[in-house]
Amino acid sequence: MIETVVIGVSAGGLKALTAILPSLPADFGLSLVILQHVRSGSGRFLCEHFNRICAIAVKDATDKAYLEQGTAYIAPAGYHLLVEDETTLALSTEPPVCFARPSIDVLFETAAEVFEDRVAGVILTGANSDGAQGLAAIKAAGGLAIVQDPKTAESPTMPRAAIKATKTDHILTLQEIAFFLCELSEAKGDLKSCTNPNGANNVV
Amino acid sequence: MNEKDLKALELDLLLESIQRRYGYDFRHYAQASLKRRVASMVNLLSLEHISEIIPQILRDDSVCNDFLRVMSITVTEMFRDPDFYALIRTKVVPYLKTYPALKIWHAGCATGEEVYSMAVILKEEGLYQRTQIYATDFNNESLDVAKAGIYPLDRMRLFMDNHNRSGTTSSLTEYYTADDDSARMSDALRENITFANHNLVTDGVFGEMNLILCRNVLIYFDKMLQNRVLNLFRDSLSHRGFLCLGSKESLEFSPVAQEFEAVSRHERIFQKRGLPKASSLAGGRGGD
Repeated sequence: MIETVVIGVSAGGLKALTAILPSLPADFGLSLVILQHVRSGSGRFLCEHFNRICAIAVKDATDKAYLEQGTAYIAPAGYHLLVEDETTLALSTEPPVCFARPSIDVLFETAAEVFEDRVAGVILTGANSDGAQGLAAIKAAGGLAIVQDPKTAESPTMPRAAIKATKTDHILTLQEIAFFLCELSEAKGDLKSCTNPNGANNVV
Repeated sequence: MNEKDLKALELDLLLESIQRRYGYDFRHYAQASLKRRVASMVNLLSLEHISEIIPQILRDDSVCNDFLRVMSITVTEMFRDPDFYALIRTKVVPYLKTYPALKIWHAGCATGEEVYSMAVILKEEGLYQRTQIYATDFNNESLDVAKAGIYPLDRMRLFMDNHNRSGTTSSLTEYYTADDDSARMSDALRENITFANHNLVTDGVFGEMNLILCRNVLIYFDKMLQNRVLNLFRDSLSHRGFLCLGSKESLEFSPVAQEFEAVSRHERIFQKRGLPKASSLAGGRGGD
């Protein structure tokens, strides 16, 4: 049973997230944690932007925020975002990891540690390789690994690095990812009741 | 016992060992960050398991110092969150100006960047001469860096940029001297700063403060310890004293919240309420 979805995205993220988040229904049954690399100080804009165009609630991920269903938490700029326990997020000002703070690897690794096989990790467009190790950690803990099809990504480097780092479960377009998340929510996180989002591009 | 439970047991034993041997109590630190730091300690010592740290740390002070160093590594900057400092100027400074003498406590000052930031603000606002600043941290190595006030020159561009966005009336270059690769904060900034060891987890009130800054320290504590430390701050603040937290930290998980009002909710600047408490008759509910 998947309970939470963590999404890592960098260059081209605003467009990519805009193709996914507004498709999710208000009664979305999972919690979502979104890490978009942003310049310090520009994080609040993302939150306001997505709150205007989304049915799900979109919140700033403050320290010790409760993880709730139907809510997307956006990582603030200048902090690492970590999954503290099954109901709580946490922040840290430890040094950047591979030049990134927030680091997708840090978020994904702590999500894997806490949720094991109950987390889905999603890597979208980006021009670096952050998240590759984190996605591998999610996969190693029994979770689900989803990557945007590099052919459809504004910046294919990050999806490619993730695909190289682990055995990906699904390689999908943004629309397919949105559809899959909706289906996963309707199935209350039960992967067995989801249709396999196959397609020709789902070849690892 | 599965691997996860075993690791949790090893971690508990390590923290208990450190607490009983050295008095440092990390048992209520936030788990996710703590686990990552302990894992990096395992790597640093080229070990395989957490429990292998225990015999070394019990017998060797220097391993304890390594551990404290690993637990203290953070990266901050001067005038981190320039909007916060701008609000200090416009919302807090006018209030502070009404006092003949001021005490400011910078709790968990780490390597001191934000202490000097506040000192610059006080200089610019004409408050420095009447102020005593206490800058404390539990780690003496961090305190030594803070005391020295020497930072890599390549960081100064960012610091100056932040400073310029804080509503300043002067240039940061007035407050440091630079050589080839480092910048040293001026003695004029240092004059009224006392650097001292204080552990928020185990030490208590040491004075009555008009302003307490504790930014991005509580994020490393669990909710129980956050609450304890917030109580310590409440008890350390003068009538109508100010409390400043990191801009993503929250008072809301602590009952102490109802004893403060927000000066700026967004930048987490709070002021102790002036009226006598409506007693605890209501059972501690409500508040902000």
